Amino acid sequence: MAVKHINQDDWASEVKECDKPVLVDFYATWCGPCQMLGPVIEEFADTHDEIKVVKVETDENQELCEQYDIMAVPTVILFEKGEVKVRHEGFASPDVLEDMCR
Amino acid sequence: MYDVVIIGAGTAGLSAGIYCARANMKTLVLEGNMYGGQIVNSPKIENYPGIQSISGFEYSTNLYNQTKSLGAQILTKKVLKVERSENSGFEWKVITAKEEFETHTVIIATGLVHRKPDVPGALSFEGKGLSYCATCDGAFYKGKDVVVFGGGNTAVADAMFLSNYCNKVHLVHRRDTLRATGTMADTVLESDNVIFHPNCVLNSIKADENGKVSSVVINDKVDGNSYELDVKGIFMAIGQIPSNEIFEGTVDMDDAGYIIADENCLTSAEGIFVAGDCRTKNVRQLTTAASDGAVAAIAAIEKVMAGRS
Repeated sequence: MAVKHINQDDWASEVKECDKPVLVDFYATWCGPCQMLGPVIEEFADTHDEIKVVKVETDENQELCEQYDIMAVPTVILFEKGEVKVRHEGFASPDVLEDMCR
Repeated sequence: MYDVVIIGAGTAGLSAGIYCARANMKTLVLEGNMYGGQIVNSPKIENYPGIQSISGFEYSTNLYNQTKSLGAQILTKKVLKVERSENSGFEWKVITAKEEFETHTVIIATGLVHRKPDVPGALSFEGKGLSYCATCDGAFYKGKDVVVFGGGNTAVADAMFLSNYCNKVHLVHRRDTLRATGTMADTVLESDNVIFHPNCVLNSIKADENGKVSSVVINDKVDGNSYELDVKGIFMAIGQIPSNEIFEGTVDMDDAGYIIADENCLTSAEGIFVAGDCRTKNVRQLTTAASDGAVAAIAAIEKVMAGRS
């Protein structure tokens, strides 16, 4: 499934109220490791239909960042039923993403 | 059976990959984390011959694509051990969590990692206010007070960068003067919102009710006093160290953990070569990493060819 870019306005409908687990990639456009993570996240989304994968740009969504204590980019968080289940700071290899969503 | 297994996909490892693949060696590059290495965090590279200016990300991705397109295989797998293959006793076995790769030669290009603070419990603050990359994470501390530990060029550049965003930037260094050279050190000390604490070391980190950084305690080595600095962010710029523990007993290392080799990139073990920042050397730059990659690759290729004849 394609990776959707979301923002704080559609956060509730896209993440909080989603039936599936949601993997969120908090990223910044100027951050090298975030750019590295981009293709890894896309490939993960393509091969995991059971998980919804979305991206949040941190500069434009600072309220969300404060709410979820984002203090480093990239930060990847798995949400289940709208609650934080697992989080990982820094680049995540395919194996790390698999472990998070196991 | 591979001809060459390269451990690490930074500049040294991928440069070696290019040379090996072009020589038709069956080449595998293993990387435990993110290809590109340390340079990925650099917003701009402006000292690489032939490239006027490029971001660390773009440079690394070009290097990765170049290596791959030449036919080298690149896999994201963390290497746990390298040992002699029991089959012939002349080949090597590179062991990861789930697989083993047999190879004629090995090139170690594991680079360096950030030196971490050595106070108890400090690592639990990673991602909760403790960072090793000011340009990556500095923007999350807009208007807040932060501390930078270190006195070298990285520490000074970090303090300079953060002083543009943050309210107050404490710069804590264990010596009485900064090790950083040039005008940036003077500029940073003159900045209104940078406070320099010479001769001080980290004692402990305190947490708020959510486990995030709320302050640090530093000890002044001269007057013996302790001071508490209220900060939301800690940026460690206290240098980098090799992480060659997995090769202990396989190749000779110096006391600091660097693999002993000179410009020929030969290690104490026949068939194992070393390239880049993880070996003993004086200059650790992108160009010297690329240079090592070529030297180690050619040495490995010669070894493989000698074995064939």
